[in-house]
Amino acid sequence: MDTESTHSGYSYHSSRSGRSNRHGDRSRERHKASSSKDSSRSERSVVINPPDTPSQDSPVHNGEPLPGEPTPAAEQGDEAQDDNWGETTTAVTGTSELSVSQEEVVGLGKGIQDRTQGFRRYLPLAVGSCVGLLVLATPLVFLLLPAVMWPDRLQVCGAACEGLFLSISFKLLILLVAVWALFLRPNRACLPRVCVYRAFLITLTLLLTMSYWLFYGVRILDAQLLSNENESFIKPMVWSKQDEDYHGIVQFAVSLVDSQLFVHYLAVVLLELRQLQPCYSVCVIRSTDGETRHYNIGQLSIQRAALSILEYYYRDFPLHNPALLSASKHRAAKHLAGLKVYNVDAPGNAAGAQPSNGNQSRAMVTAAGKRKDSAHNELYYEEADYERRVRKRRARLVVAVEEAFTHVRRMKKEDERATPSDIMDVREAALAIFPSMARALQKYLRTTRRQHCHSMESIQKHLAFCLVNNMSPKAFLEAYLMPGPTLQYGPERWMADQWTLVSEASVTSGIKQGTEFLLKCLDFSLAITIKSIPYIRLTEEYVDPKSHKFLLLLQSETSV
Amino acid sequence: MSFVPGQPVTAVVERVEIQKLRQGENLILGFSIGGGIDQDPGQNPFSEDKSDKGIYVTRISPKGPADLAGLKMGDKIMQVNGWDMTMVTHDQARKKLTKKREDVVRLLVTRKSLEEAVKHSKCSYPKH
Repeated sequence: MDTESTHSGYSYHSSRSGRSNRHGDRSRERHKASSSKDSSRSERSVVINPPDTPSQDSPVHNGEPLPGEPTPAAEQGDEAQDDNWGETTTAVTGTSELSVSQEEVVGLGKGIQDRTQGFRRYLPLAVGSCVGLLVLATPLVFLLLPAVMWPDRLQVCGAACEGLFLSISFKLLILLVAVWALFLRPNRACLPRVCVYRAFLITLTLLLTMSYWLFYGVRILDAQLLSNENESFIKPMVWSKQDEDYHGIVQFAVSLVDSQLFVHYLAVVLLELRQLQPCYSVCVIRSTDGETRHYNIGQLSIQRAALSILEYYYRDFPLHNPALLSASKHRAAKHLAGLKVYNVDAPGNAAGAQPSNGNQSRAMVTAAGKRKDSAHNELYYEEADYERRVRKRRARLVVAVEEAFTHVRRMKKEDERATPSDIMDVREAALAIFPSMARALQKYLRTTRRQHCHSMESIQKHLAFCLVNNMSPKAFLEAYLMPGPTLQYGPERWMADQWTLVSEASVTSGIKQGTEFLLKCLDFSLAITIKSIPYIRLTEEYVDPKSHKFLLLLQSETSV
Repeated sequence: MSFVPGQPVTAVVERVEIQKLRQGENLILGFSIGGGIDQDPGQNPFSEDKSDKGIYVTRISPKGPADLAGLKMGDKIMQVNGWDMTMVTHDQARKKLTKKREDVVRLLVTRKSLEEAVKHSKCSYPKH
């Protein structure tokens, strides 16, 4: 029942009449300051905010019905409840069937994603560990195989061999630690295409190992097997040859380990070092409210650049708040909504149909132009009024919080004699002073339209945190006065698995001057443009330290 | 009134004789001087040539001895009691003017209007 109603908040107007509890949904409909399709309805609607916890499969839209999406099916059900329904909307949209199927497809895609989530996330780790094991085991196998296959002919080789054994063991240890440090890390993201460098490095490593195996098999094993047959006649020569052969085998294994270490060095340079030097400047613009940031990044492929930019997004951009954008949609809707277009021509007049349509649209545009005279005035006064309201609420809030904080104090030594009922732990202290500021805080958040970001538990938790760390009331309030970065809020706001990279160039190609791509999330998108950092030519000018000489300019006047 | 190095300086001068007035312990003349070779000539409001480092009269006390003797503000002092004032430091000029043993200072001063007066008289009466 519950999930059904949260669904209906999003797909409210796109569902078929199969839903029977529409009336119940209506009364619980999420409030947003302006529903663009019915301005009068928002003034009459109930201001109740159930905590907004969108789940994975009904992603955050904050329940705001998408503008202009009434359907014939919804109309039938709604007429009884809202008389203005049909009059104030003029846009015609797709049918309910299409909307349902779209939702189903989206949900289906997410279902598949969730199922393969675990698989894709750990695939690189699995591949990395397999290749790492292969790489580490091969030299050991090279060394052990002669001891296993022909132990009777194996001779202990001298000090040189022992030195080589030592060097192999230490190099293998270093290689083990290096592979663990570089490759066996939890994957931080799932990119659409395979990283070209990683694929290249894996191929190179496998190629190297395979060619060493090939040489080992052909030269050493075959030679040994051949010499097995000739054992009886050329024993002494074979034995001495074997001694050198084992030394040769050990040297062979050492050279393999060296090559692997160099491949690892190549991996470090390609995967970690190359993108450190910044050479591009990236401009990121959020589509809904125009928040812009600039970053410097190095040479990366488009998908890895998108990943870095998303990490910066989560750190720097304030939380996306659709409630703040409804005002401009409201204004846009009012431009169109106030105009009612009547077709005065006879309905059967097919010849006049086309010109009349043109006349209609022109009439609408000119009428809209005339209405614009008051729109900017309205906007100005509305904004001034809003500013004043916010400042008033904020002043009340600051005073309330400061007062609340004066009631609680950290216990000192001399208070140990106080009655036990007065001594509280931090959670109780937070709960005790919370009610005095709760009302002011709730009102302030409601005015700035951020009440859905903070639940009561989170506010109390934050208050406890501030009390424990001896923070001032101003420090406590800072989290609520300004919208913070997206990560500050709960995981339901992150939408970390809903990003789509839209790019004209291939996503594994490198970024260049003039590259543009789009990172789409559900409610908004980030438009990204890339410019290269200019080539700076720096010249020097030598200044002799003794050349700093000064004159004193006096102008004195003496009376005689 | 600029000078060319190496050439003698010529100027039309007026003789001014000032009697020092005793005021308590001091003998005052009733005017202020500015300029000198150790000063910045560019800030001198009275000089025509801003590289002129001579001694200029910058202020005259009304009804003082200098005013009564006919000294005008903006005059350049060329000599004081025979001592040259065109190439002296500010302090040297002050010392020459405030010698305790002298009651009278005889100045040679020049100003722009003197030059013009001579020019006028030269032009009005053609050379004979």
